[in-house]
Amino acid sequence: MVRQPANTAPLLEMRGIEKSFPGVRALDGVDLRLEPGEVLALLGENGAGKSTLIKMLGGALQPDRGDIVLAGEAARFETPAAAIGAGIGVIYQEFNLIPELTAWENIFLGREPSLGRDRRRDERRAAQALFERIGASVPLDVPCRRLSIAQQQLVEIAKALSHNVRLLVLDEPSATLAPREIEHLFAIIRELAARQIGVIYISHRLDEIFAIADRVSVLRDGRHVADAPIGATDRGQLIEWMVGRTLEREFPKHQHPLGEPRLVVEGLCRGAAVRNVSFHVRRGEVLGITGLIGSGRTEVARLIFGADRMESGTITLDGEQLTLRGPRDAIREGICLLTEDRKSQGLVLGLTVRENFGLPNLPQLSQWGFVRQSQERKWLAEFVDTLRIKIPHQEQLAKNLSGGNQQKVVLAKWLQQDADVVIFDEPTRGIDVGAKYEIYLLINELASQGKAVVMISSELPEIIGMSDRILVMHEGSVTGEIDDVATATQQQIMTLAVERQSA
Amino acid sequence: MTQPARYGKQLTRLASDYGMVLVLLFLATVCSALTYKEQHPRGADAGYQVARQIAKHLGADASVLIVTTKTDEDRAFAAAAEEELRERGLQVLANVGGAPSDARLAIEQALAAGAAIDAIAANNVTARWTVYDQFPTVGSDKCFVPASYYWPDFLKTSNLLNIANQSSIYAIIAIGMTMVIITSGIDLSVGSLIALASVVAALFVRDFGGGAEASVGIVVVGCLAGIVCGAGTGAFHGLMVTRYRVPAFIVTLSMMMMARGAALRISNGQSINALPDSFGWLGEKETLGIPNPVLLMALLYLVAHVVMSRTVFGRYVYAIGGNEEAARLSGVPVKRMLLAVYTLCGALAGLGGIVLSSRLKAGDPNFGYSYELEVISAVVVGGTSIMGGQGRMFGTLIGAFIIAVIKNGMNLTNVNPFNQMIVLGAVLLASVLIDTRKKRDQ
Repeated sequence: MVRQPANTAPLLEMRGIEKSFPGVRALDGVDLRLEPGEVLALLGENGAGKSTLIKMLGGALQPDRGDIVLAGEAARFETPAAAIGAGIGVIYQEFNLIPELTAWENIFLGREPSLGRDRRRDERRAAQALFERIGASVPLDVPCRRLSIAQQQLVEIAKALSHNVRLLVLDEPSATLAPREIEHLFAIIRELAARQIGVIYISHRLDEIFAIADRVSVLRDGRHVADAPIGATDRGQLIEWMVGRTLEREFPKHQHPLGEPRLVVEGLCRGAAVRNVSFHVRRGEVLGITGLIGSGRTEVARLIFGADRMESGTITLDGEQLTLRGPRDAIREGICLLTEDRKSQGLVLGLTVRENFGLPNLPQLSQWGFVRQSQERKWLAEFVDTLRIKIPHQEQLAKNLSGGNQQKVVLAKWLQQDADVVIFDEPTRGIDVGAKYEIYLLINELASQGKAVVMISSELPEIIGMSDRILVMHEGSVTGEIDDVATATQQQIMTLAVERQSA
Repeated sequence: MTQPARYGKQLTRLASDYGMVLVLLFLATVCSALTYKEQHPRGADAGYQVARQIAKHLGADASVLIVTTKTDEDRAFAAAAEEELRERGLQVLANVGGAPSDARLAIEQALAAGAAIDAIAANNVTARWTVYDQFPTVGSDKCFVPASYYWPDFLKTSNLLNIANQSSIYAIIAIGMTMVIITSGIDLSVGSLIALASVVAALFVRDFGGGAEASVGIVVVGCLAGIVCGAGTGAFHGLMVTRYRVPAFIVTLSMMMMARGAALRISNGQSINALPDSFGWLGEKETLGIPNPVLLMALLYLVAHVVMSRTVFGRYVYAIGGNEEAARLSGVPVKRMLLAVYTLCGALAGLGGIVLSSRLKAGDPNFGYSYELEVISAVVVGGTSIMGGQGRMFGTLIGAFIIAVIKNGMNLTNVNPFNQMIVLGAVLLASVLIDTRKKRDQ
């Protein structure tokens, strides 16, 4: 990798950045430095201030105090357009693409074009060139809504490159990508770095950071706590910086005796998404289900929870066959599902924490149709303590919480149900290391109480580290079951996950 | 957070929660200022007052002539004055209620009978008649009128009750509309349901109860039939929205036409007037000095507020509007709730129709045109988000009052009706703008 000689000004220097929101000091004197051609990993737990920091680079927020110096010149971005104009491209987790427009139309959206007759042809050709430059093949004439997440991300990158960016910020770009797509993304990042573009890379996945970054900066509670070349540090050190304490093990799996099968699923079918899926989960067992995105993992969970209607198959809980007309029935039978997407499925963001907590528990919390609010407050207060949910008061709106705290509110509302079967769908996605650890402990706790736990995850280390048994799915079918988790390898799972079934 | 900052935040929250109340108070102040003028008391109290005034000035042996016009208020004035004067031992020569010629006649008769006219109890209109000066022994300087005072027309009890009464039907229907809009739906059919319920109730009373001779029982059953009709239509909306996934806008737009058509059809487009007096009890009569529709409205708002803030039903309604999928995955019986909400909205529209036809003592297929727009305006002005998930019952009540006060204020100050429509439209837009701004600042 080519490095700029050290005597020139750094590409980016942020000094003493401070930013407060009502009631929160998000950033408290943060310094950050980036050389041209350098890939800097920005690490930190949720709520550490990473997003706030990059929003300032993107012109979405302005610092209360502190300087941003870009290639030796003081800069202040009042609008996103100003940031782009200065050569900073920020790709947020939520893409800014118009779903109905094609890739090239999105790339050149909002720019004043020459009104010539050949404009469209020119733009399309320019987009083609951009994709070639990053070695990507993206269908040019298809509306963006029909592109995969990975392809949409490539469109975002191409859009940034079309503005001749000097600095590219990627906020958790790998969260929704398959392993192969991540490899491709890394190749692009290396290519950009070789062209002296500085890259700030945000991710919770430490493996990736060791694979791609030159240097790592860690934020904690709005402060800059560490900065080191990637070669001079290791996983344990990074985790310690982020969390502020050492975690004994990353996956605190603890073994306990398994009982008889509690949940038995047989011949579950729903169109092409779920094809003849059968499995069982024992009392006290953690069953890990993995597979690529679109392999039908989530769909299976939704069928068991009654969220979708199955075409055929049976679900048996403790020997009793269930008829589920909807999630309400499943909850009554003692099944709960912690969905993957908290914001769109887990919480009603406009309601308060207390109201969200009570939602599935109202049958237990009501008398004559009235909500027993004092009881509700009491129950929630216990979870606020045990789960260490950070909220100023119970009447805080759910949308004002950080991702980790939102996840804990979701946990609280389901734990109150004390269900027999608990299904976690990607329980640690987008969650920082410390909170992950707490969720692992919780999964152990539930299993030790004799519940049947299903954990769906794309993170293979997590699946291997936390499950008693692993189910691998591919295109709606179960392609493998691994009983001996202790000797399972990621390669073994990936082989099953990409397996083509003979008809 | 520092202490002042916390107070500041609380103040902001207070202002946003009760911002609509402040707007309402502001409007009331403006209307009061614009209608502040000299008031001439009428009615019984004024009669007692003027009698006491005369007794005080002239003593117990004076002879008094009472001159008023023929209005109800003036009759009450005259009767009260006469009663008070006699009680105090004064002699009432005559009690004239009519035109100046009647007054002349009475004066001539009194003088012919040899009586002396010491005083004339009059009001500000009759005191200005020139007839008294045609008699040398009388003269207009013998007129006593009740003392006038300055007070805004807007703030007169009768006017305020009138505002409450006028807005009661909109406000009652707006309860159901608020719930529907909180679930991020809409009900455009309420105006037509008013007509349908009104016609159904009136036809029932006419055809099964013998019209004007109908018993109270038949009237009650007829009114319930109208309400059930609204509820049934609402249930149909709910079914279409939940089971067949037709957008609420379309379902209720269709019903807006169908219900109006049905009302016109079953009534042959005619107003139904053959109704007993008991039919008018709900809409025309008062209890404890407050019009019945206003009492009904207050009662319903109390119940609705408790339901929305304290019950499982209310929690479910807000949850569905906030995020239907998350609500369903949390065990909320979404379809059942939507069915209930639309049914309730239809029933309340039916009730609104009953109140309106009771007030006008008629069933008419042309009642309730464009009521849906005013009801939706009240809900939106009251701070309920058209995107669903947010809104308060009392906000809607305030919203209905705000619209009623603006309309009343413009009527009192003689703003022409065309301009009134422009103003009301602008108010609706402004309230949504303020709401959007508030949300962005949060």
